[in-house]
Amino acid sequence: MWLSASESEALHLSLSVATRSVLLSLPVAILTAWILTRRQFLGRTVFDALVHLPLVLPPVMVGYLLLLLFGTRGPIGAWLERAFGLELIFTRNGAALATAVMSFPLMVRSMRISLENVDRGLEDAARTLGAGAIDRFATITLPLMLPGVLAGAITAFSAALGEFGAVITFVSNIPGETRTLPLALYSALQTPGGDSSAARLACLSLILGLAGLLLSEWFARRVRRLLGR
Amino acid sequence: MMFSVSARKQFAGFALDASFELPAPGVVALFGRSGCGKTSLVNVIAGLLQPDAGHVVLDDAVLLDTERRISMPPERRRMGYVFQESRLFPHLSVGANLRYALKRATRPAFVNLGLVTDLLELGALMDRRTHQLSGGERQRVAIGRALLSQPRLLLLDEPLASLDASRRDEVLPYLETLRDQLAIPMVYVSHNFDEVWRLATYLVLMRSGKTIAQGAVGKMSLNPELRAIIGADAVGAIVEGTVLGADPSGLMRVRVGHGELKVQAGAAIKGARLRVQLLARDLIVATQAPQYLSVRNVLAGSVTSVTDDEGDSDLIAIDIGGTTIMARITKAATRDLRLSTGTAVWALVKSVSLRSYSIGTKVAPESQDAE
Repeated sequence: MWLSASESEALHLSLSVATRSVLLSLPVAILTAWILTRRQFLGRTVFDALVHLPLVLPPVMVGYLLLLLFGTRGPIGAWLERAFGLELIFTRNGAALATAVMSFPLMVRSMRISLENVDRGLEDAARTLGAGAIDRFATITLPLMLPGVLAGAITAFSAALGEFGAVITFVSNIPGETRTLPLALYSALQTPGGDSSAARLACLSLILGLAGLLLSEWFARRVRRLLGR
Repeated sequence: MMFSVSARKQFAGFALDASFELPAPGVVALFGRSGCGKTSLVNVIAGLLQPDAGHVVLDDAVLLDTERRISMPPERRRMGYVFQESRLFPHLSVGANLRYALKRATRPAFVNLGLVTDLLELGALMDRRTHQLSGGERQRVAIGRALLSQPRLLLLDEPLASLDASRRDEVLPYLETLRDQLAIPMVYVSHNFDEVWRLATYLVLMRSGKTIAQGAVGKMSLNPELRAIIGADAVGAIVEGTVLGADPSGLMRVRVGHGELKVQAGAAIKGARLRVQLLARDLIVATQAPQYLSVRNVLAGSVTSVTDDEGDSDLIAIDIGGTTIMARITKAATRDLRLSTGTAVWALVKSVSLRSYSIGTKVAPESQDAE
């Protein structure tokens, strides 16, 4: 392997954080996409804007906000620690939360487009065949929006690998715990003689990002062919 | 069996105000031009559309009654719905589509997978993906899927409208088989009168959201409201008769009223019930018993009414012994023959201009008319 021990550690940590991040945001994103597509309610536009906020806010600000809410003295953070002994600050779970929040809009967007293309007539058909609401969602809606769910998950995973600002603000830059690829790259650039390490990390990030996007596209095509569209 | 439906609903620029009752098991056709509210009415029956007021009652099951605040959700109504665009689940194979319905059926199976596969000849399609099917095959699968949900009633919303003529002829015999072999009532929506008179036992006419006339098909074939929808050229009595046997030339002899029609009916067996359409424009009226003619069918009867057919022709209704047929002739002919109520006449029609279909055994006899 052409990576040093600390670089390979950063790679593994990045993959671990991105996986946790996607697993955390996936169910919430499916629910959010469904609510935004299928429900009409007061304040829907505001809710929609809130979901998209991380796209336009400075990541450092998102990290700061998380620090206020989920920090040891923050309302949610204190409660999580009391109730579950879960510490977010300075941990990889915290890094996962920060990346989940940052990549959330990307995930919801992809799912929404997919859900909007699901023919409601098919859900009605399932209904006349005796399928209740949860049954219909699980057997018709979810499988048919699956291309969007998976494309969204892959895109979010790739974005999570590269999240910098929110992570470093919320959980700092601790080797082996929160120093993911972009943070390792930043640290290498700050270190005298770290140029070659920085170049390797940059290459690695490029490969991972590209692979994620290609995989997502390949997957979407495959599913479309399977559904005969 | 009793099936009663009524629905009122106000849409933007359109009002649905419809009701009908099907007094006996059979096929009730909702017939009218496109956009007259047929599909809305079917959606009310299925529960997919909530009317402002109305009821849907099938025997002792109250599926909807707005006065009593009863509205069963569609998933519990057990209405087998066959949609115009089939709506097969694209992520499932044909077999999985069929099993989807079977798994969710709440009452004991009276239609099993084997029976549906046989009746609709789906065996060879089971492993196919739905987008690999032709239009006709798709509709057969959709019909099978609806049947496997073990429905109280089968709702067919223009199931053949998206098919071309040859595909339509491919699917129609399957629907006839279902009507004749399964004792399941059907609501058949169509704007194609050929399908309707071939399949239905009971006809409900709709125009701009309202049900304007209803009754058994034979009786409704004489209804002036029908003419307004299908046009003068398609008007004609639809009579039912019993096959007496084949004549030496191979034509089927069918007892109709006091008379007998010779019909090209292929392999109809003696005793079978046949429905025959006598288009009014194809009938010739004589006031003397005709001789030396090639025409195979001469029906003696008497004129029961002469009505103006908007223009230069008259519609002559002729009773041929408990059955009424109609002829469209020019007003000049009416005058020359001095036709009026009670005139003894002979109606002539060529065998080649008659169309007939078997109506199987489970069809309600014409005497069960209801207004």
